[in-house]
Amino acid sequence: MIKTVFERSLPVGETFSIKKNVISNGTGKKRVCIVSGTHGDELEGQFICFQFQKEILEEIDCLDGTIEVYPALNPMGIDSISRGIPNFDLDMNRIFPGDPQGTMAEQAAAAIVEDIKGADMVIDIHSSNIFLREVPQVRISEMTADVLVPWARHLNTDFIWVHGAATVLEATLAHSLNTRDTPTLVVELGVGMRINHYYGKKMVLGLKNLIAKMGMWKGAVDQSAITDPIVSVGDQVSFVNAPASGIFSTETHNERIVEVGDSLGQIISPLTGEVIEDIKAPCRGYLFTIRAYPVCYEGSLLARIHRI
Amino acid sequence: MRKELIFSMESPYRDTFRIWGYRFGSGEKSLAVVGAMRGDEVHQQLVCAQLVSRLEKMEKEGKLMEGHEILVIPSANPFSMNIEKRFWALDGTDINRMFPGYDLGETTQRIASGLFEAIKDYRYGIQMASSYMSGDFIPHVRITRTGFEDVDTARLFGLPYVSVREAKPFDTATLNYNWQIWCAKAYSLYGGQNDDVTPESSRAMVDSILKFTHRIGLSVPVANSAKMSYETIVVEDGDIVKVKAPSAGIFQTAVKAGDEVGEGQVIARIIDPYEGKVLDHVTSPCDGVVFYLLNKPLALQSGPIFEIIAFSPASAAQDGHGDRRP
Repeated sequence: MIKTVFERSLPVGETFSIKKNVISNGTGKKRVCIVSGTHGDELEGQFICFQFQKEILEEIDCLDGTIEVYPALNPMGIDSISRGIPNFDLDMNRIFPGDPQGTMAEQAAAAIVEDIKGADMVIDIHSSNIFLREVPQVRISEMTADVLVPWARHLNTDFIWVHGAATVLEATLAHSLNTRDTPTLVVELGVGMRINHYYGKKMVLGLKNLIAKMGMWKGAVDQSAITDPIVSVGDQVSFVNAPASGIFSTETHNERIVEVGDSLGQIISPLTGEVIEDIKAPCRGYLFTIRAYPVCYEGSLLARIHRI
Repeated sequence: MRKELIFSMESPYRDTFRIWGYRFGSGEKSLAVVGAMRGDEVHQQLVCAQLVSRLEKMEKEGKLMEGHEILVIPSANPFSMNIEKRFWALDGTDINRMFPGYDLGETTQRIASGLFEAIKDYRYGIQMASSYMSGDFIPHVRITRTGFEDVDTARLFGLPYVSVREAKPFDTATLNYNWQIWCAKAYSLYGGQNDDVTPESSRAMVDSILKFTHRIGLSVPVANSAKMSYETIVVEDGDIVKVKAPSAGIFQTAVKAGDEVGEGQVIARIIDPYEGKVLDHVTSPCDGVVFYLLNKPLALQSGPIFEIIAFSPASAAQDGHGDRRP
C-alpha cells in the first residue's frame, strides 16, 4: 500500500511528496524500513528497492511482519540529477532530525524521522557519489558498533567499516534514528549516477538474509552465498589523497588486496604528456574505495585501504 | 600594508588558486577579517576590499594604533566566484562547512586548513557571512552559541541587533564556531544581499567594522561613526517569531528588512500563479521588526518567509530584556 509520508505544494501547480510502500503479511509485529535516495545522484538503492520488493511479493506467504520501502527521500534531487535538494544549500543528510518550524527540507526531515522511528531495523542505502567507487559496505559509528555489527554481518556485504564519531555526523538520518532506539544500518555501494546489478542483487540477498535472521522471512536464503565481511575497527583505514592536481588515470579496481608499493594509478597532464605523480599503495590491505571521476585537485580522495 | 599569499594550490586546468591576505601594523595579532567564502558573496568581498582601502589610508595617516596587527582576507574562494557557483565547483562542497580543516584531507578541507592556520591565533575574528536561507536580513552581528561567546563585545559594532543562535550540528564545522573554540572572539556580520554592490550598503558595513576596531583599541574614531549610534539589542532564538507561507505561489512582500510591523498588518500576499487571485494575505503575528524575509519570487507551502523580532516576546518578559524596540 502506497502511503504519503510528507507532502507540500510547490509554487506552480505541483505537489511535492515523499512516499513509501508498505508490505505486510502474517501476524508478526516486526517492522523493517528500507530507505534510499537521500542524495539525488546515488541511484544504486533504486534498483535494490525494486528488486527486493519484487522478490518479497513473489513469495509473500514467506513474510511475517511489515516491510516499508522509502525509495526516494529526496525525490526532486533524483528527478533533476541533483545531489542535494534543489534550491537548498545544506546536504539533506546533515539536517536530521529536522525541524517542523524550519525550511521545507527541515520539515520533511522531521516528518521522515517521525514516520520511521520505532522500526525494528532500518537500512539506509547510499551509493557512493560520482567521484568514488565503493565495494558494498556497511558503515557504523563506533558508538553503536556493539549493537549493530552483529546485524550488519547478515547483510552480505564485503566490508563493515566502524568509524569514529564526528559532531557533524550527528545530523545524519542514521544518527537521529539510532539515538531514538531505532537500529539503523548505513549501506554504501557502487558509484554515483549508475546502477551495478551484480551489487544490487547481492544486497537484496543480504536484506532477505537479515529479515530471515530477524524471524520475519521463512523463504529460502542460500547461506553459502552470504559473504563473511571484513570488519574494520579502530582506525585501520588509510586514505590516499591526491598529492597534485591533474587527471587521475587508473586501470586498477577495488575489491582486492594490494601490497605496499602497488600502483593505484597516475596523475597525468594532458597538456604536456607528463606523469605528474605515480600513486602507489602506502600499505598492504584491502582496497575498498577507488576514485572513479578522473579530474582531481590536490587533496581529492583517490583510494581507501583497510590495513591488514 | 603588506600583501601576502596565504594559501595556493595548482588546479588541473585553471590558473593557480590563491588566497591573498592584507596585513596592517605589526605586533599582537588583534583582528582578522574574512570576506567571501562562497562564490556568490560579492557584497562580502566588496566590504573587505573597501576595508583594505580604508585601512591602507588610515595606516598612512597614522590612525592605526601601534602594537597591533590586522589581517584582512577579502576572498577565500575566487575560483567559485569567477564561474558564478556558490560552492566549490568540482564537488559542490562548502568551505564554511570544513573548519577547522585538515591539511592532508580533501581539497576544501585543505583550503579551510590553510585559511584557519593564518587566522586562528587572532584575538578577534570577523566573518562577512551569508545564510543557508536565501533572503534579506536586517544588518546584524550573529554569534553561534558555543559556551565561549562574548555578546557584550558584539555590541561594539554599533549595528542595531546582535543575534545569538543555538548551534546546530552543521554549525560545528563553520568558521565562526571553530574560531570561538580556538579562543578568538568571533562575529559573523550579516546585512544586505550577496549581490548588492551599492556603495551605500558596503560603506555602512565598513563603518561598522571601523567603529569596532576603534572601540577595541586598534584605531582612532572614524569620521562618521556618529551616524551609527544604535542602542544595540540582543536577540535570542526565543525572541524571533517565524512566519511560514500559508500557501504556495508567487510571493509579493509588502515590507522590507528593518520595517516595523504591527500585529495583523498585511506583510505579504501569495498569488495564484495561474489565475492571478490572491491565495493568502500574510499578516504579522505580532508587533515587531522584520528581521528576515524571503528574497525570492516564489514561496513553498509552509516555507519560512519572514522572521519577526517581537517587541514583547514571552521570553523577553521572562528574562527581563523588556521591550525590543530599536
